[in-house]
Amino acid sequence: MIDLILAKYNYWTFIILMLIGFYAMIAKENLIKKVIGLSIFQTAIFLFYISLGDVIGGTAPIVSDETISKGYIYVNPLPHVLILTAIVVAVATLAVALALIIRMYEEYGTIEEEEIVKIERERGITCQ
Amino acid sequence: MLSIEQFPLLIVVISLLSAFTILILGWLNEKFSCYISIATVLLQFIMSILVLNHVLTVGTIHYWLGGWKPPWGIEYAVDAMNAYMLVTLLFLGLLCAVYSKKNIEHELPRKRVSFYTIYQLLITGLCGVVVTGDIFNMFVFIEIMSISSYALIASRGKIALKASFTYLIMGSIGACFFLLGIGFLYSVTGSLNMHDLSILLSPLYGNKVVQAAFVFFIVGLSIKMALFPLHTWLPDAHAFAPAEISAMLSGIIIAVSTYAFIRVAFSVFTLKFIMMYLPIFDIICWVSIIAMLYGSVLAITQTNLKRMLAYSSVANMGYIMLGVGLSTSTTMGLTPALMHILNHAVMKGCLFMVAGAFIYKADLWDIEDFRGLGRKMPYTTFAFILAALAMIGMPPSVGFVTKLYLIIACMEADQFIFVVAIFVSTLLIVYYFWRVIEYMYIRVGDGDDKEVEVDEVPTSMLIPILILGVLCFVIGIIWLIDIPLPLMDAVNSLFGLGVMP
Amino acid sequence: MKGEKIPHERDIVVETVSRLMIPFIQLFALYVIIHGAGGPGGGFQGGVIFGSSFVLFIIAFGIGRVGKRIPEGILTLLTSLGVYIFAGVGLLCLIFTIGAVQYLNYGFVPLTSHFEENRALCMDLVEIGIGITVMAAITSIFFDLAWGRSEKEEERQ
Repeated sequence: MIDLILAKYNYWTFIILMLIGFYAMIAKENLIKKVIGLSIFQTAIFLFYISLGDVIGGTAPIVSDETISKGYIYVNPLPHVLILTAIVVAVATLAVALALIIRMYEEYGTIEEEEIVKIERERGITCQ
Repeated sequence: MLSIEQFPLLIVVISLLSAFTILILGWLNEKFSCYISIATVLLQFIMSILVLNHVLTVGTIHYWLGGWKPPWGIEYAVDAMNAYMLVTLLFLGLLCAVYSKKNIEHELPRKRVSFYTIYQLLITGLCGVVVTGDIFNMFVFIEIMSISSYALIASRGKIALKASFTYLIMGSIGACFFLLGIGFLYSVTGSLNMHDLSILLSPLYGNKVVQAAFVFFIVGLSIKMALFPLHTWLPDAHAFAPAEISAMLSGIIIAVSTYAFIRVAFSVFTLKFIMMYLPIFDIICWVSIIAMLYGSVLAITQTNLKRMLAYSSVANMGYIMLGVGLSTSTTMGLTPALMHILNHAVMKGCLFMVAGAFIYKADLWDIEDFRGLGRKMPYTTFAFILAALAMIGMPPSVGFVTKLYLIIACMEADQFIFVVAIFVSTLLIVYYFWRVIEYMYIRVGDGDDKEVEVDEVPTSMLIPILILGVLCFVIGIIWLIDIPLPLMDAVNSLFGLGVMP
Repeated sequence: MKGEKIPHERDIVVETVSRLMIPFIQLFALYVIIHGAGGPGGGFQGGVIFGSSFVLFIIAFGIGRVGKRIPEGILTLLTSLGVYIFAGVGLLCLIFTIGAVQYLNYGFVPLTSHFEENRALCMDLVEIGIGITVMAAITSIFFDLAWGRSEKEEERQ
């Protein structure tokens, strides 16, 4: 059992991180903490991809005469490229989320979800 | 010369370039932004019709970006189903752009440039999801589409911000699950091209990783398309967005997510996998039935018209997914589901635009405030009645056609309880739409004998509303006389559906 | 904490250090952008480094002083310019061959006589375009997030 955990430690790390992020997104009332949870969740998936592409003893995937002649092995570059794209997406999501939180703070004076819902109820707009 | 093979790509690129042209020219003069947007979407719409024609007459378009062959490069593959979705989404996109001219001037007077920039990016994302044949590319475009829709929903400020934030959190979870599914598939096959994946996956169907990936795809896309237990972001987002964005959200954005689901389920994983290893479509059928009833019941309890329509969207996603769920066990295959995607876009587009027209003219949100609107805005309410009748399913409207086909499909699959559910949900739809019509025409306020002045919305808003209202019946007749049948046959044969097992 | 304005205090150490560091950060960013095609790096990473040099500039010198130097219109223009470059280079392939080859097939843009050299040059162009866009976008995101607060604070006073 312990061998199983140690041999696949990258997957366990990714699962634990993902669940931490998921918990923060669901359970936290503070909107900033929700966004932090979202970031952890996304990062966990990035980590999963990066660990997929890794080769033990591999170097950076730059092909030159030296790498060919010495017979270096290199890691799979495609997951890195994919994750670079996914990071761009994550940055955009984060920017939109933070901008929304700032606007909500200006509007309601708080970033606690329950208080926002309470203020909305007082204003007479049904929420749920 | 520029062949039609290039068009799927140009549709995406033109949209992207036009978004940033709007940003620059709108900086000089705000008025340009709207016209550029309409012109671009019109051009895209014409191109998409040519693409559809080409696909039906010549065959599937395979476009290799940069000339790299498929397993290595990104491929854009446009077959009958993509082309059909492309035409549908650009058609509603065009009408929404026309409609938004006056509405956005009224609602977001100082944000017109950013609105149209993001709107054009939304169209880019939608077109991209539809034309692409590469699964990671699809993820990226889904996110472009989602992020721009978060921003557009939030553009009204105040309570829309909260709605948009909820959507953002839910949508990001969905997208992350989708990404995780791609990661699992990549880890077992090492490929990202959909066609290549379907070949490489076929010996691996028993593999637990592949099955887990399929579950991740289903859950992720179910959040995006607001399937019943995961729909909680939808009512607020639909209710508080600007009217044209509500129409796009309800008619197109969740439908494009459904398209992504169908594409992943039938093109990447094949029919054989679903039938033999993960027979999940029965569950989808039952979930859709619950969605239909639940959405309709909650729509009855709403006092706000746009929220009522939003819950009705939840119910209509049930119809579409029921069509998908039944597709494996009938001879009609995906026909009812694809049919309802177009039908729902037309009906809901019209209804949300009418709701937006009431808000534009008199800031009326609640159904009880609609007294006497039937006389005050005769054309708008007429279009509302047409669309409402279509929703209820009066022959020969689009709603009737969907229900007819769905009932035949249920009969073929020997699921009579689904037929009962469709009838019950139709009765509920009659109830909640009748309530609105009653307030608009019958329950006139105190000074009811007075001559009411006709006070219509501007022509540029009225035209899209009326076009969609009339199309509710025209398209129904077109479906009934079987003109689009070759298209549907092409889609079904593509996925190996429509043949009784 | 709520609504409390933090006045910008000038700090000689921070200002001097960032004044020294910013040119090198920007040089490094340019290096990363140019080496995007042949090594680790690329337009996005370089653009983020370039953008973060502006962010450091703003943090060190205060948004009021820097905001006047970098007007929002310029950032909008640069964002669009970058998108035009990287989407336009792809379109050039279509334009030069009158639609005979695919989008992004850079070898057919006749910059030099060699197919591979054309491809390499166009890839660098695209990286530069992405770099410009990302740099402008990162800076303007930072400006938007920061201005939102400070405008409100100015109103309160």
